[in-house]
Amino acid sequence: MEQGPAGGSAGGGGGGGLLLPLSESEQQRYSELFSRCCPPPEAAAGGSSVGELFRASQLPPDTLHQITEVCGAKRVGYFGPAQFYIALKLIAAAQSGFPVRIESIKNELPLPRFMALKNDSEVRYGTTAELHGVKFQVPHATLEKNSYKRTDEGDKQEPKSPPMSPICSPPASPSTYQRVPLSYGYGKSRSGLEQQHGAPYEVRHSAHQQDGPSSGNYATKPALTCSTLNRSLSAEREQQDSSTSYSDDPWRITEEQRDYYINQFRSLQPDLNSFISGSVAKNFFTKSKLPIPELSHIWELCDVDCDGALTLPEFCAAFHLVVARKNGYQLPETLPETLLPEYLQAASLKPMRDCALFDSYSESLPGGQHTRDFSRTEASAEEIPDNSALLQDAKKDDKQALKVSTALKMIPKEFQHLTVKTAAQESNALKARPRSRSYSSTSIEDAMKKGEEPPTPPPRPQKSHSRASSLDLNKIFQQNTQAVRSGWLPPPPPALPPRPSVSQTEQPSEVELHPQTNRPPSQAEENSAAKKEVVLAQPPSKPTRRKLRTEAQGLETPELSPTINVTSSLPTVKPHLPVQKQSSKQKRAIQTAIRKNKEANAVLARLNSELQQQLKEVHKERIALETQLEQLRPVTVL
Amino acid sequence: VLVSIISSPPQNYPLYIRSVPTENELKFHYTVHTSLDVVDEKISAMGKALVDQRELYLGLLYPTEDYKVYGYVTNSKVKFVMVVDSSNTALRDNEIRSMFRKLHNSYTDIMCNPFYNPGDRIHSRAFDNMVNSMMMQVC
Repeated sequence: MEQGPAGGSAGGGGGGGLLLPLSESEQQRYSELFSRCCPPPEAAAGGSSVGELFRASQLPPDTLHQITEVCGAKRVGYFGPAQFYIALKLIAAAQSGFPVRIESIKNELPLPRFMALKNDSEVRYGTTAELHGVKFQVPHATLEKNSYKRTDEGDKQEPKSPPMSPICSPPASPSTYQRVPLSYGYGKSRSGLEQQHGAPYEVRHSAHQQDGPSSGNYATKPALTCSTLNRSLSAEREQQDSSTSYSDDPWRITEEQRDYYINQFRSLQPDLNSFISGSVAKNFFTKSKLPIPELSHIWELCDVDCDGALTLPEFCAAFHLVVARKNGYQLPETLPETLLPEYLQAASLKPMRDCALFDSYSESLPGGQHTRDFSRTEASAEEIPDNSALLQDAKKDDKQALKVSTALKMIPKEFQHLTVKTAAQESNALKARPRSRSYSSTSIEDAMKKGEEPPTPPPRPQKSHSRASSLDLNKIFQQNTQAVRSGWLPPPPPALPPRPSVSQTEQPSEVELHPQTNRPPSQAEENSAAKKEVVLAQPPSKPTRRKLRTEAQGLETPELSPTINVTSSLPTVKPHLPVQKQSSKQKRAIQTAIRKNKEANAVLARLNSELQQQLKEVHKERIALETQLEQLRPVTVL
Repeated sequence: VLVSIISSPPQNYPLYIRSVPTENELKFHYTVHTSLDVVDEKISAMGKALVDQRELYLGLLYPTEDYKVYGYVTNSKVKFVMVVDSSNTALRDNEIRSMFRKLHNSYTDIMCNPFYNPGDRIHSRAFDNMVNSMMMQVC
């Protein structure tokens, strides 16, 4: 079969000026592969299938990248027959240890033996592909790394194909569940962009480019190795057969699915060790638009401890059942063994460990990948490996998220859920590659986040005046008014209530409200007071007023509540007063506003302390005057 | 043998009815319906403390010519009624109690399901299986 270097140009198509002698078997194999990678009508192989093939060669991604460059696919932008064949040759060269250069191809001429090696490996792939319909565990064993599920999964993986293929038809799925097909669609879009992430872990995702079936088959531990060639071949077969003959249950959760479920779980409940309450889960699963009785049945099956809440393995099982149901599977009467929580929990351990290896691998690679031309896609495509990285750093994530979330407690609730998310995103961004904040809904949250992330958590509660100030100060105000009413006699309390409004002054709009609200209550309390107290309040207030006049540039109205005037004048006084409430929602404006707020806070705090000092002095004077008045009173009455 | 779960008053409609010998089912339904009066009577007779487990089991409601009717009420006034053949003399009180307890446990499990709205008819397959197995034991 194998002849000497057969003359002739690179098999099929224009050889681009490079005479590439191929042996007969080489030609056969190459053309076979090429036709597989490239549907007949087209002249060029699809980048995805080619990528699959290359990765199946088990070469490091750098090498593959080099090969694609050298073979000219990069130059021409597609894998024509010539490029393809050259690439195959280069792969063979690389596999036998030759440097990846055009010269290497020529080197093959005198070394047919080398080609044979490659053919053997390919033949191995081919035969296993042929055996696909039956059993292919043995070749898998040789090809794949250890995986605990491998042996019994050889068959079981195949039936995964039916569930996966419907998933890849997005129109059938409801909106939220679009995410599932979309996650596969990401793989597709990436393929369209001729991705070569190369990391074995990400191979799994690119495997989805082959149309769910293959990925379903191999997406778990086998995916950790590069048996994608097998997958591509068998995927083709699947497409041709389109038979959904599955003898085993489709109730096994693949790695990809598991990751997806875990992320969904995290979106509902950040703590992976805790559980989702029934109502939350109900709302979530209702979105799948399955009929309620079916959802009820799924719940019954999955909530094995019957506590009305779903732990992570229970949730994964439930989600999986929903997905299966949506893809046309009948729900089982009892929970399949592979979906039992104990099983899933045991299962979740090993893949995590394996993920650890490959995540570190994949994460070390991106640095090198960045310089490549077609190794970048949208942030969304990167989310998948990022999410897998998330798995690894789940604990870290959670801790960070928790830390951030606890620190963010003071922040009004409307931002909390978003900020937690963006915090998670930020932590990812810090850890993994930089990517766009696809989750942050508005720029405000980003601004808030940026404004709040850099400072350490402790200062943050003080800073919360920006939004919650009205609430805080209302509380303070109410406390003081109550203190007033309860402890009437001691002079200080009546003067205190207006004081907190000093800190309100950062909000001009709220200041308008608060002095007004201050005025009636303090008027009320003043009125309710004994007249002498009121009178007494007047003289001491005068020096206060005078004092403050020196500071204040503003108005002093001879009102019953001079202190109110103080506070109302103070807002106008403060030169630093930021007018941020009415400012536009632009990020920059808000950031500057936040900064201004901080400055204002500092200034006002200082002012507050100064005024407190003055208050003390004033009180002393007042007491002195009161005693004097007491002494004088008997005289005046008489 | 028939098992029935009646919802809480005032509706008092059956949430679940299952009988093993499926003939004469209508008669059983009628029996259950009439037994509701007896149940109400017993409940009202108790008066104050209804939270005692002991009082959840109402015991033999009334014996008729062919069968005995047993009752059980939960704290939420959901009533379980069981009709058994009188010929089944091997059935002791304890067994009936245990059957009611199992029913109650299964019922609470159904309640835990967030997709179940209290007041709906019970369609749970797990529950059906449990009831069937229980009834098989009796017959």
